[in-house]
Amino acid sequence: MVENYIPNSLDEALEIVSEKDSLLFAGGSDLMIKNKSWTGDLCINKSTVFIGNVPELKKIFIEENTLYVGACATCDDIMESDIVPEYIKDVMATMASPAIRNTATIGGNICNSSPVADSLPLLYSCESKLVLEKKDSKRVVDIVDFITSPGRNIIESDEILTKIIIPLNNFNHTLFRKVGTRNSIALAKLSFMGMADIDENNNEIKDIRLSFGAVAPTIVKNKDIEQEIISYKKLDEEKISVIINKYSNIILPITDQRSDKEYRKEVALRLLKKFLKELS
Amino acid sequence: MKIKFTLNYKDIEMDINPLMRTLDLLRKEFGLFSTKEGCGDGECGACAIILNDKIVNSCMVPVANIHGKEIVTIEGLEKTERYSILKKSFEDAGAVQCGFCIPGMMMAAEALFRRHKTPTLEQIKEGISGNLCRCTGYNMIIEAIELATERGKEIW
Repeated sequence: MVENYIPNSLDEALEIVSEKDSLLFAGGSDLMIKNKSWTGDLCINKSTVFIGNVPELKKIFIEENTLYVGACATCDDIMESDIVPEYIKDVMATMASPAIRNTATIGGNICNSSPVADSLPLLYSCESKLVLEKKDSKRVVDIVDFITSPGRNIIESDEILTKIIIPLNNFNHTLFRKVGTRNSIALAKLSFMGMADIDENNNEIKDIRLSFGAVAPTIVKNKDIEQEIISYKKLDEEKISVIINKYSNIILPITDQRSDKEYRKEVALRLLKKFLKELS
Repeated sequence: MKIKFTLNYKDIEMDINPLMRTLDLLRKEFGLFSTKEGCGDGECGACAIILNDKIVNSCMVPVANIHGKEIVTIEGLEKTERYSILKKSFEDAGAVQCGFCIPGMMMAAEALFRRHKTPTLEQIKEGISGNLCRCTGYNMIIEAIELATERGKEIW
């Protein structure tokens, strides 16, 4: 029997998903369009669990220099929070329009697992972890391991993404760019999130994170190249072109209605170059 | 499914399909026609309403997600002083041409004033950034909201 549920607590929601094969529904900004019927109403042929207003899933807090964001916190909740760092808010502010930011949730953006999802380059660069809870157990997975291909991830049918764990490292240089056709309500042609920690005394690179959105089936972030950049300590023209060549081999965009592969690759590499030059 | 909510300051409890769009609920069940359907994809803002003090696109909100919340549409604002200031400002600035986007634009302006009492030009532009208008080129709408900022500074 297809039934719909509006649980009031996380326990209640976990109980329902443990018993029924169901669709989890949060803000709806993706699902309303994906499942729209010709009348406009949603057409879903399995039980739907509306978790968007479960209080436990909306909490945002900091513990031991780590930011915990409830999966059903909306973009606006994150932007309005007093404890969220500006570089996270800046990314949220580029998403869709005010009306959509008031309903769209960060958990939905992750679970929709689109390569163009606006929050993903940030979450990858922060090396965020995701808490997946079941009725009697929970597991914590790296976001890199969570999304496997466009629209696909490893969440199981009886699991709920409850929290996003974002370590708050001290990055003193960040560059976020979303390249779209217009500023509001645009899906990205590509996006880039660079974050670096530069030693203020000797200008050496202590840590660097580089993530690219919409230029491959999943977000491009390569730990090996990042480690290599850290081992250089300082960058010059020659090293920058070595790094760009390495990324050129793993940035493999496609052509679709929003942009073409040549443009995406060129702009992604130019943003990388701009960020690396700022560091040298 | 039993859904409880407040619509234009009235408590409502009804048995209804939770997968229905709030847009259709307002238009078909309550005859509140200020809420327009433009794109139906969350891009144009013609169906904007205020849900718990925040602007949302009613075509993107299933009825299940209004459970326990407060909805305000233009019809709910109509008798307030806030509305008369907004209406007069839109008229005086020549912001209304075909009129289809205007309920959504006024909802966006109302939501903006609920957040910022004296919005800057940037905040006004951001406030209406989810509403498309194909007639005015936006300048007159922005002027209308600037006019309303000045005229309503005591009440926002």
